[in-house]
Amino acid sequence: MDAEAQGNIKKIAEDQEGKDNLIVVLGASDLEGAEISAATVTVGDPSFAGPLAGVPLGLPVYHILEPEIRQAVPEKVYNENVGVMAMVIDPREVGERFKKIREKAAQG
Amino acid sequence: MLKGKRVIVIGERDGVPGPAIANCVVAAGGQVVYLTTECFV
Repeated sequence: MDAEAQGNIKKIAEDQEGKDNLIVVLGASDLEGAEISAATVTVGDPSFAGPLAGVPLGLPVYHILEPEIRQAVPEKVYNENVGVMAMVIDPREVGERFKKIREKAAQG
Repeated sequence: MLKGKRVIVIGERDGVPGPAIANCVVAAGGQVVYLTTECFV
């Protein structure tokens, strides 16, 4: 995640409304890359290069391909916008990986 | 689970782009507060 995005996310998490009801949804096709982005918004920038270095925001992070997200979106809208990627990447694997990330983040 | 949430969308050009995720979030009742689409090329 580039420095500009990290700076903007930090600002949003620290604004008046804070982290209440604030979540992150990712769309990366590469799961390792998605996990790095997830780490950046939970425990801080793993590369220690951006504004979120050493800043554990602890935001709940999801991937758009997770079954939990899919169930929340009207089927027609989901298929039109995400459908193809759901055939390329195994949504169950994504769900399991991100569940672990959220559990780890919740433990601090 | 997206209803009433403020959502930061981080899409990817070679995966699911930000605007496509945003369409899903809005349709599910969430509010997009930040949107970006990353590109690793």
